[in-house]
This record gives sequence, C-alpha cells and structure tokens, in this order.
Amino acid sequence: MASSIRVRATASGENTEVQALIQHPMDSGFIKDAKGELIPAHFITQLKFEHDGKTVFAADWGGGVSKDPYVKFSFKGAKKGDELKISWIDNKGATDTTTAKIQ
Amino acid sequence: MKLRSAVCLASAALTLGAVTFAGALPFRATDKIDPVADAKAFQKFFTDKFPKVKYEDFVNGPYSMNEDLHRQWQEKEQFPPYEFSLEMGKEMFSKPFKNGKSYEDCFPNKGIGIRQNYPYFDEKEGKVITLELALNRCREANGEPPFSYVRDEMAALTAYMAFTSRGKPMDIKIPNDPRALEAYQAGKEYFYTRRGQLNFSCATCHVQSPGERIRAEILAPALGIVNAMPIYRSEWSGMGTTSRRFTTCNSQIRGVPLSPQDDEYRNVEYYLSYVSNGLPISGPGARP
Amino acid sequence: MRNRMLRSTLVVVLLAAGVTSALSAGSEDEFKAAYAAADAANKEAAKLRNQWTTTASTLAAAKKAADAGEFDKATASAKEAEALAKASIFQATSEKTRWKEMEIR
Repeated sequence: MASSIRVRATASGENTEVQALIQHPMDSGFIKDAKGELIPAHFITQLKFEHDGKTVFAADWGGGVSKDPYVKFSFKGAKKGDELKISWIDNKGATDTTTAKIQ
Repeated sequence: MKLRSAVCLASAALTLGAVTFAGALPFRATDKIDPVADAKAFQKFFTDKFPKVKYEDFVNGPYSMNEDLHRQWQEKEQFPPYEFSLEMGKEMFSKPFKNGKSYEDCFPNKGIGIRQNYPYFDEKEGKVITLELALNRCREANGEPPFSYVRDEMAALTAYMAFTSRGKPMDIKIPNDPRALEAYQAGKEYFYTRRGQLNFSCATCHVQSPGERIRAEILAPALGIVNAMPIYRSEWSGMGTTSRRFTTCNSQIRGVPLSPQDDEYRNVEYYLSYVSNGLPISGPGARP
Repeated sequence: MRNRMLRSTLVVVLLAAGVTSALSAGSEDEFKAAYAAADAANKEAAKLRNQWTTTASTLAAAKKAADAGEFDKATASAKEAEALAKASIFQATSEKTRWKEMEIR
C-alpha cells in the first residue's frame, strides 16, 4: 500500500510552502451507514510536520475535519534539499509517517 | 454585409418557422435524424451563450462558468482529491485476474488512451456499449464478479482510463446502422424529456440554466459534461461514475432512477458524448 | 355534494349502530381498493419508465397507517399516491411529443 500522505514542499527565498493531502476516512462518529447504524469515530487526532528535528506545524484534529484532509502552510528557515518529516496518529492508534525533500 | 446577414437571418428564421409548422403535420420531414447538424447546433448554442468561455474549457463544468470557483479549482488541482482513486485504478488495471489475464487484454491499445471512443455502438449486439459496461464484461469474461457501476472500483478504473486519454478529443462514431441512429435518437429524447415530480429534464438544468445556481451549486453546461467523468464530488466525499451522476440526477428531481446501464442511460450517454465530439477528455474531474 | 356527504355519514352512523365489526372491515376494504388502484397506476408508470419517488413514499405511508389500523389515514394516503402516479403517467405520455419543444436545433 502506498503512503497515505502526499506532500509537496517548495522553497522560494526564505519561505517554504508546504501542501499535503492525507488519505483518511475521518469518520466523526455521528454518521449512520445505509443500515442506520452509527459508523464508529475514526479520525486523525494529531498531525505533525518536522524540519531538522523541530516541529514546524502541528495540528490537533477532531471529527469535524473532512475526509482526506488537505493542509497548506508555509514556514521560514528551510532550504532546497532539506527533509521534511510528516506524521499523523489517529484515535485508534494507527499512524503513518513519510518524509519529503524540499524542492 | 450587415444587411445581407440580416436578410440571411430573416430567411433562416422563416425557413425555421416553416419547418416548425411542418413539424406539426403527421408526416415530418424534420424527423430525419441528423446527428451532425444536431452536434453543430448543440455546440453553437453553448458557444453563443457563453462567448467568453474558451471552447475547450467547457469540459470543466461549473469552473468554466464562475471565476471564483475557477480559482479555487486551480488551487485544488495541484492536489486533486481524485488522486487516491486514480492511483488505485492504475494498480488495479495492470494487476492480472486469477486466470492470468488482465484488463489490458480486453481493450484495444491495452486500454491506454481510448476513453474518447466510449461509448460506442456495437453492431453485433445492436446496442450502445459504455466504458463501464465494457469493464464489467471484461471482468465477467475472465471469471471475476462485476463491480458496482456507481462508485469505488469502477470509478477508479474509469478514472485511470480517462487520465491516460486526457486532452484527446471526444470521438464518438455513429455507424451506418439504423439501430445506431435509433439509439442516438432515443438518447436525445431521454435528455430532453421531463421526468420526476419536479418536472425537470436533463436540459432544464444543463441547457437552460448552466452557470446559474441550484442551491449552493453552480450548474455545469451539458456540453462536455461527460468528458470530465468520473468525478470526485465533494458533496459525495467520494468518486462517482457517469452512472452515479445519472441515477442521482433522477432521484434529485424525485424520479425513481433506473438501474445503472439500462438502455436509457446508455443511449443518453451516447447522445451526450456524441454532441461533445471534439472537446478534450478532462477526466477524472473534481467537482464541489 | 355536501348534502350527499352528510347523508352517507348518516348511513355510516346508522350502520355503526348495528354492526361495529362490519364498519371496520368496510373501511379496510376501502383502503384495500384505494391501495390496489394506486399500486396499479404506479405499475403503469413503471412500464412508462417514469415512476416518482413520492409515489413510492406515499404508498409506503399508506401501508404503514393500515398496519397500525388507521384506515382513514391509510385510504387518504393511498388516494394521494394514486393521484401522484396518475400525474407521472400523464407526464410520461405528454412528454412523448413535448420533449421536442426543448430541443436545441
């Protein structure tokens, strides 16, 4: 299975713009399926972007975030070729990590 | 020059009037089915109605109609929501069935870059064959159970096939077979027929009101609407095929949808694709 | 019209005084007839490939009310469903020629 995280990070000047798409059902726990039964909550609780050992972006998420969430932000202090580490953990304890090279 | 064209127009209008009148008579000369003229008139209707929209932009549905949406979409396209489905489709497409064969064996050119030729009219069977139908037949011929026509796997497969055909102009042919013309005509009739308690036809939204809002959505023009299939609908938070679009359209106007790939749906897809000939394939698409 | 309704009410009241069980059976019969007529009309709409979702939901409501023993309500729903089904038949029939008015030429 391919990674659940897609990242694109581009540095221009001192700013690095990061875009990421994460594949996750993000079930809130309040939605019923076709049979009328509740779909149990299943969502990402923590998302982290690290550069050079430092967290540059962190998010505490809940069930209110949409399915397959998309994130975009920028930060200072990185240069082309640096590595960016992205990881998430969900309420069931599942997790995924990936690294991307800044372009 | 101006005067002459005005005269031309007037005489055209007169002829049109005469034709309409003749239409009321039991023997109708206008009933001659002429797909070439239909497609020309169909495309002209939209290019006249939206002179600012670039021809090949019609395949982008609501994004061609609204600048704000267009900007949002361009941003979204950098990380399109159909990407996961597309990847899944690519994987599925090359993975062999239990008998060792794969989808590649069922299609010309191994299934790559052929989306623009679907649906086609099969002269042996006397019916319209859509891409979705061909995919499921391919599965069944190889001893695999068919997929649901409306979502997930089917959408992933068609997404991949559309992706490999992006930019190629839609190229639907109507063979010299009276049954093909009949299917085309039946599709046209379906497209313009009002149905459901709300008394809407496909044309009510997608011919009369593209660019207008229906609740929070902006309606797409019928021209090129099939070129973007399958689509990721944010409203569905998932992928949907052409079949899914047709059936949900029906239930939204309070009509009981037919089964996916019933003759009516196959015919209307045939008609819609034919009148969009020349417009590039843009699928898989993303829609709000 | 009003007069006739009054009179029939009177008849029903008189009947009710005599045989109560016959009354409830009577309105059940009325429901069954109304439901059968609605169902038949909806089947005809199906043949024309033009059923309405509202016909189906109104028919379901009629059935539900009948199962609960509320035959007046059930009969009213069944009649409404029949009217909806007939409207869908009318739509399908008239559209056989009317669709051309919308066509781009």
